[in-house]
Amino acid sequence: MIESISALGRSGTDAVRQYGKAGLLLLGVLCHVPNLRKGFPLVLQQIYAEGVLSLLIIVVSSLFIGMVVALQGYHTLVKFGASAQLGPLVALSVARELGPVVTALLFAGRAGSALTAEIGLMKATDQLSSMEMMAIDPLRRVLAPRLWGGFISMPLLTLIFNAVAIYGAYLVGVKWLGLDAGAFWSNMQSSVDFHSDVLNGIYKSIVFGFVVTWIALHQGYDVNPTSAGIANATTRTVVYSSLAVLGLDFVLTAMMIGGW
Amino acid sequence: MLSQRTIETSVGFFLLAAILALIILAFKVSGMTSFFKREGYDVTAQFDDIGQLKIRGPVKIGGVTIGEVTNIMLDPKSYRATVTMRIDSHVNDIPVDSSASILTAGLLGDNYIAITPMYSQRYLMNGSEIEETHSAMILEKLIGQFLFKVGNDNKQPVNGASK
Amino acid sequence: MNNLIEINKLHFQRQGRSIFQEVDITIPRGKVTAIMGPSGTGKTTLLRLIGGQLYPNKGHILVDGQDVHQLSRQELYKLRKRMGMLFQTGGLFTHLNVFENVAFPLREHTQLSEAMIRSLVLIKLEMVGLRGARDLMPSELSGGMGRRVALARAIALDPDLIMYDEPLSGQDPITMGVLLRLIRTLNDTLGLTTIIVSHDVQETLQIADHVYVIADGHLIGQGTAQSIKQDGSEQLQQFIHGYPDGPVPFHYPARAWDRDLLEGGRV
Repeated sequence: MIESISALGRSGTDAVRQYGKAGLLLLGVLCHVPNLRKGFPLVLQQIYAEGVLSLLIIVVSSLFIGMVVALQGYHTLVKFGASAQLGPLVALSVARELGPVVTALLFAGRAGSALTAEIGLMKATDQLSSMEMMAIDPLRRVLAPRLWGGFISMPLLTLIFNAVAIYGAYLVGVKWLGLDAGAFWSNMQSSVDFHSDVLNGIYKSIVFGFVVTWIALHQGYDVNPTSAGIANATTRTVVYSSLAVLGLDFVLTAMMIGGW
Repeated sequence: MLSQRTIETSVGFFLLAAILALIILAFKVSGMTSFFKREGYDVTAQFDDIGQLKIRGPVKIGGVTIGEVTNIMLDPKSYRATVTMRIDSHVNDIPVDSSASILTAGLLGDNYIAITPMYSQRYLMNGSEIEETHSAMILEKLIGQFLFKVGNDNKQPVNGASK
Repeated sequence: MNNLIEINKLHFQRQGRSIFQEVDITIPRGKVTAIMGPSGTGKTTLLRLIGGQLYPNKGHILVDGQDVHQLSRQELYKLRKRMGMLFQTGGLFTHLNVFENVAFPLREHTQLSEAMIRSLVLIKLEMVGLRGARDLMPSELSGGMGRRVALARAIALDPDLIMYDEPLSGQDPITMGVLLRLIRTLNDTLGLTTIIVSHDVQETLQIADHVYVIADGHLIGQGTAQSIKQDGSEQLQQFIHGYPDGPVPFHYPARAWDRDLLEGGRV
């Protein structure tokens, strides 16, 4: 009995220590004046690795999601004679929620896990230690560009997701189900407000990008340097990122609906 | 590792695609007509009750949007709401004695300001105020009025006097 | 100053276990010093303590007169540029080829032109005998070749001190011979001070000038390569000569043999 209580306490303090380490990592990564000339190509490389290489899965997923939402939405709306509202339905769902959240989840699965595995491997093969012993700060050289890369890539990916999903809905709604294109777009335009719908979604994606990349970096940096350790860390990245995204989504949505 | 040039080019395309998506979202999806302040002039009006009118609510004449609400404030002296509207500059012939009413779009939609033009030869300019205003219809007051009227109608035969 | 490194009364604990207790070591300048001991005694930890990656609980480590753990971040980095370290796994950057790996410290820390960097890299690679392999990727190198590239990278900035963490472990005899020769030659021709951490006793003793043997957190022997083979405690002799039984017992603690056998079948 006493043992289980102390085990509980220990897991609690371990969790707090993890947060502490993550916080220190973030501090180490952010709190250095970046050398723009040297650092910029590194960030660019990371935007490529995290953003451009994620485009395929984002575009394909968003196309299908847009099409499915349009299909499902149509079949429900048509019972109320409200099929003209399909445009607003899709646009608002995607811009406010599906865009930022699904992009973040896909990003966590593809880019986040890749980051954790890469950094974990660098730690396990002493590449990070070698760098440190060569008087080069690995936080600055390896981790910081990856954080900025994720932070910048995520909103860009979300924008593309939103546009492609709405286009997919257009394909299904107008081209296939025969809704009037003019009504589709004009109803959408009168229901979607750029600032409170589209921009708020982008703000969400910026927050998600930051959190997912941070979690991925921390899991990789703190990994137990064995192959089993790296595998576990990669899994944890995906799980924790997904939970964080969904939890933050609720918090941010509540803040935004209440008018910031 | 790909060459630096390939990386830069593909990141450039990525960025362009995202900007394109942003533009599509801004103009085709949300119907923002311009990102900058519209070319126009400011007009004010005072209402007893603005109902659910919000900033950026449309201002329409005959159902056509010609401007938007830019500011709503409470006048500390008259305790009426002062609404500032920005009217498009090409709509420059609204008579000064026109009336502004707050109506509801559809049955349950958002509120907007409808301007009904009158006959004066002088037109609204930057800083003008619309004198004649009709406040928003508040459902509760309407029901109250209706009940009051029904109650009075019922009482008439007893008193013998009609209102 | 005759000693490049002085370690005084070092205490270090990790996760409740005491790794070093009251350890004193001096590393003389210009010589090859071997630090040996059974696996898990914390020899790698010692190198990390010297490099300032870990902080001791008590005691001081002085490198060229400077207390490593009192230095500011800037000064520590300046000191590290004078140290080269070769990790057990090599630590080569997997996304760069051999040439780029060796050029990495030069690119980061110096403003030399491309032509100069190229010359320096080729010189270092030539010293380790791998100039022809300069376009290979680390995944295409054998273990021994990888170690040599890491060695070339470690000497890229012409350090004063070079530390080897188990350089010979898991290598075939030829590679071992190559690495041993390299370690000794580089030390003498470049005027380096070398620390080798190893448990390959016989091979390391061939090239070491001074030897320290650590077990259970203490020094159990020190001296020249010759003296260590002869004198010393039973524990030391068991380690040096590799006797299977002695102070470190062969049998893992267990019950009496006959009781275990006779009760066979029952847990």
